[in-house]
Amino acid sequence: MQLISCPWCGPREEVEFSYGGQAAVAYPEHPAALTDEQWARFVFFRDNPKGPFAERWVHAAGCRRWFTAVRDTRTHRFVSPSEVTS
Amino acid sequence: MSRVPGFGRIDRSRTVTITVDGVPYTGHPGDTVASVLLAHDVHPRTTSVKYGRPRGITGAWTEDPTGLIQVEEPFPEPMLLATTVEATDGLVVRGVNGQGRLAEVADTARYDRRHHHCDVLVVGAGPAGLVAARAAARRGESVVLVDDRADPGGTLTGTETIDGEPSPAFVADVVAELADQPEVTHLQRTTAFGHYDDGFVLALERRGDSVDGYGLRTRQRVHRIRASRVVVAAGAIERPVVIEDGDRPGVVLASAARDLLHRHGVLVGREVVVFTTNDSAYAAALDLHEAGAGVRVLDARDEAPRGWARACAERGVAVTPAATVRGTRGEERITAAVTGDGTEIPCDLLLLSGGWTPAAHLVSHVGGALTYDETLGAFVFGEPVAGVEVIGAANGTLALADVLREAGGAGAPHAPAEDDGAPPRVLWRTEGDPARQFVDVARDATVADIARAVGAGLTHPEHVKRYTTIGTAHDQGRTSGMLAIGILAELTGRPVAAMRPTTFRPPFVPVAFAALAGRERGDLFDPVRTTPLHAWHVAAGAEFEDVGQWKRARHYPRAGEDMTAAVLRECAAVRTSVGIMDASTLGTIDVRGPDAPVLLDRLYTNMMSSLKVGRVRYGVMCGNDGMVRDDGTVLRLAENRYLVTTTTGNAAAVLDSMEEWLQTEWTDLRVRLTSVTDHWSIAAVAGPRSRDVIGAVFGDLDVSNDAFGFMTWQDTVLDGTPVRVARISFSGELAFEVSVASGYASAVWARLLAAGQAYGITPYGTETMHVLRAEKGYPIIGQDTDGTVSPHDLGMSWAVSAKKDDFVGKRSYTRPENRNPLRKQLVSLLPTDAATKLPEGSQIVGFCADGRLPAPPVPMLGHVTSSYHSAELARPFALALVKGGRDRVGEVVHVPVEGELVPALIGSSVLVDPEGARRDG
Amino acid sequence: MADLPVPTLPWAHPLESRRARLEDVSAVRQELSAPVAAVDLRLDPAGAGPAAVAAVVGGPLPERPDTWTALPAGLALRLGPDEWLLTSSRARPEDWEFGVDEAALAHGGSAVDVSAQRTSLRLRGQRARDLLASCCALDLRPASFPRGRCAQTLLGQSAVLLVAHDTDDLQLFVRTSFAGYVADLLVDAAHDF
Ligand SMILES: [Zn+2]
Repeated sequence: MQLISCPWCGPREEVEFSYGGQAAVAYPEHPAALTDEQWARFVFFRDNPKGPFAERWVHAAGCRRWFTAVRDTRTHRFVSPSEVTS
Repeated sequence: MSRVPGFGRIDRSRTVTITVDGVPYTGHPGDTVASVLLAHDVHPRTTSVKYGRPRGITGAWTEDPTGLIQVEEPFPEPMLLATTVEATDGLVVRGVNGQGRLAEVADTARYDRRHHHCDVLVVGAGPAGLVAARAAARRGESVVLVDDRADPGGTLTGTETIDGEPSPAFVADVVAELADQPEVTHLQRTTAFGHYDDGFVLALERRGDSVDGYGLRTRQRVHRIRASRVVVAAGAIERPVVIEDGDRPGVVLASAARDLLHRHGVLVGREVVVFTTNDSAYAAALDLHEAGAGVRVLDARDEAPRGWARACAERGVAVTPAATVRGTRGEERITAAVTGDGTEIPCDLLLLSGGWTPAAHLVSHVGGALTYDETLGAFVFGEPVAGVEVIGAANGTLALADVLREAGGAGAPHAPAEDDGAPPRVLWRTEGDPARQFVDVARDATVADIARAVGAGLTHPEHVKRYTTIGTAHDQGRTSGMLAIGILAELTGRPVAAMRPTTFRPPFVPVAFAALAGRERGDLFDPVRTTPLHAWHVAAGAEFEDVGQWKRARHYPRAGEDMTAAVLRECAAVRTSVGIMDASTLGTIDVRGPDAPVLLDRLYTNMMSSLKVGRVRYGVMCGNDGMVRDDGTVLRLAENRYLVTTTTGNAAAVLDSMEEWLQTEWTDLRVRLTSVTDHWSIAAVAGPRSRDVIGAVFGDLDVSNDAFGFMTWQDTVLDGTPVRVARISFSGELAFEVSVASGYASAVWARLLAAGQAYGITPYGTETMHVLRAEKGYPIIGQDTDGTVSPHDLGMSWAVSAKKDDFVGKRSYTRPENRNPLRKQLVSLLPTDAATKLPEGSQIVGFCADGRLPAPPVPMLGHVTSSYHSAELARPFALALVKGGRDRVGEVVHVPVEGELVPALIGSSVLVDPEGARRDG
Repeated sequence: MADLPVPTLPWAHPLESRRARLEDVSAVRQELSAPVAAVDLRLDPAGAGPAAVAAVVGGPLPERPDTWTALPAGLALRLGPDEWLLTSSRARPEDWEFGVDEAALAHGGSAVDVSAQRTSLRLRGQRARDLLASCCALDLRPASFPRGRCAQTLLGQSAVLLVAHDTDDLQLFVRTSFAGYVADLLVDAAHDF
């Protein structure tokens, strides 16, 4: 049972959180201008690095805030708890 | 009797009686099943799993690989060790040959868990752990100290001297000092069995079984301990030397014989041969001699340690250096030890000591690397792991004086050093027939098996483990794992240091699932969510169904009615008069802020900004992939305020997703979301007489069609309490939804029932609601959809705005696939026999003129998503997703049902009141 | 706010059917709290909003995460960076919402009536924290969770809001639909106390 640091509530057990996948995948500014392939990339494709990975978490059982955290996928260690994403 | 006066910490003033294999034996509190039997000169005997060889016990605690028993009373529990089961009055056990038996009835005992937080967790209350815990407590740290034995002290036998006093007095002093500290929690009979991330350790506390009061007290407790620092003082495990026929009953670890003597006052044999590679067995030899046994020591080293040799000489214990034991003689029990030169020494007990393997499991659990210690002949804690400390024998430090120093630092207690000791010799096995040299007696695996693995090309311990099964039994290779690696190194001609030991994984000891489940069994397995009307539904005889975590009334059968009959009656009531349903489980979200219309326009496929205050609109939410995620109604409460409802099962997911958009993507939008699902209680009143009921209860409301139109809402007050009434229909009938703060739900429900009495108002459940909506072709998200269904597939293109620049999912609709006319579409199916209720999930195939399925692969057209009996249509009907379904209306297809092909007519999804004439009453 | 007619519609406590079972637990007193008016306040903490709301509710809003302050007839609990739960045992829910909302609105905030969204249990006794620790992974030792602290976390598998009134006095808010589960869990956990 890992601890995850909520920027607001502090360290809590991982069961209090839900995972939101890769962080900073911005919604395209003009979806209509994209080719089908470009759109499919946005909808379905995500990075899968071996090493630090910026991802989104929500403190579902606590303050309900979404935040970005960097986790090393080799060790599951959180590298640097970052501020609430903007 | 083999009970020796003057030895042991059992309570001789009291007796307990246990039954083993049908025979009663008396013992004392402090005994284990093993010690009771041994005290009666009964050597527990089991039969090995593969070769059927007789086996006794070889250890005194969890290291024993053989002495498995089945507990029958107080409650059946398989695969326990005779050495670890405490003897309690009335206990009934039997020996097992590799396979136990689970109870056929539910366990009535209680299991639970407790959370702890501390600065330091000390695992093990032997000398190292006690001293470390005391030092931490004196520093003012909060301490949790756990130890798996019944009492503290670890391997201390009582014969040692610490700080000038006998070790029992020292232990008692430390325990008393710890007990005085409010910040110290000290738990015996508690095994730390798993070490996880961030200083998290699980420990199982055995709180005792009493046969009379079984189940009254919590039987086992899992302690969930979160520690800033974990100190592993779990000791070391003695291993034997692998010899020919070393599995014979009467071959025991030297430390186990000593433990049985000092803990339980049991002398395991009278004529004892000790074969050792190190100094530690000498203490056992001397103690057994003092207890009355004849003892001979064979030391594998060229020279015996001088101090111990002197002590042995003084007491008349013969010591032979440079000697080995090669094998044993005997049938059911050992009768002689065979030395390396072929001499047979008659004996009834052969004690083996091949050195000590640190119990590094809790380090290994968190990925701590182990390195090989050449002197010790064992792997020890290698690179430091943050927050983890290993001390004492667990760290390879075996001499008491060194252990105390290591655990206590500057203020450490003092013990006299053993003088003239000698380093151990690392010896995995002696000469002999590899096929009779058992490495893992629990798995009947021999040196020959390891050789076979090597012959097959396996050289890594992890591979050899899986090939030979060594280390995979209940004991997880406590005594055999290191031997297997040593012998593997020998056979492959590689240094042991080049081997990577197998990884230990939790749990350290077997843990019952019941203990892991704790109180999350039965009604507490998963939260049961109920509405404020739950007690009423129960009293009304409702059958419930689980919808997510909710209990929802499914239907209300009357005497003699099955579900079909009850649902038909409830449906008819709604279609002809009036029914009432508890809709409180609907997810409800209050959406506030000047940008609320913008947010909802982006999230729903249809337009919400154009909705007028006071009005209601049905909406569909999709994902970026354009597939339907949820649906519900949206009430515009004010210019900047909406009330959004979601499906019961999706409420949390929809809110989380809305928050994700708001917090991570559209952070410029001034909107705030508040879940009010539990705040509002909703009663759905449906049917042609619903207007009369609503009008009667809410006198202030003008419920006429002109004043209160379809898809509008109004606020009113009932006896001082605010109530919201909305004209929303999920059945096609005239219908109202009445919302009130949930504390008043029962009162409002009672009023509605009273007012409806004149019309025979009928409570209806979710099953009836499903039928009514299906008759109208309204899909249930998650039943008629599965994440691959777009609004167009559902025939709801009307709910997809063409005016909006963008909304979630819109871009996906311009993909060619979305316009494929062969996409599955929602249609109705009418079995042409007007009798068969098509099972939900049934596949649909084209019409087969000959009444037989074509050869596989059979082309599938789709599947049945919902299927019911309809009171209104007086026949069964179904909804289905069918390829190109809307173009096939009027076609007959086949549905295989229990081997028969049932013809069914494809129709429009709306079967009842397609003109919508009934919604206004 | 106080002179309006009191509603005469009967109100039912969500845990009424479990009152006796809860009262049977002797080691830790578990009382069903009386209903209060409650709003969920969303407001930018940086501006003048908190002060404006404080003037309406009669006490300052807590500034630090996971803390609460006392209001004249209720609590102000900080739930998140821009979120508070404000309760009043005197005001009518609709008035409480209107008053707080009006003050918040002027500063870009809002308040939503959530009076019936949660119910609450008061746990008193020396072993109240131990009882919670049998179902809750949060560090509830008095030094870590002293008077003035609150936290949204899990009790068993239900989300709860825990409030520390004192060493031996805690309060637990839980969503109405989960209240029965939480009460049953606590009664079960108290079995060995
Ligand atoms: Zn949080």
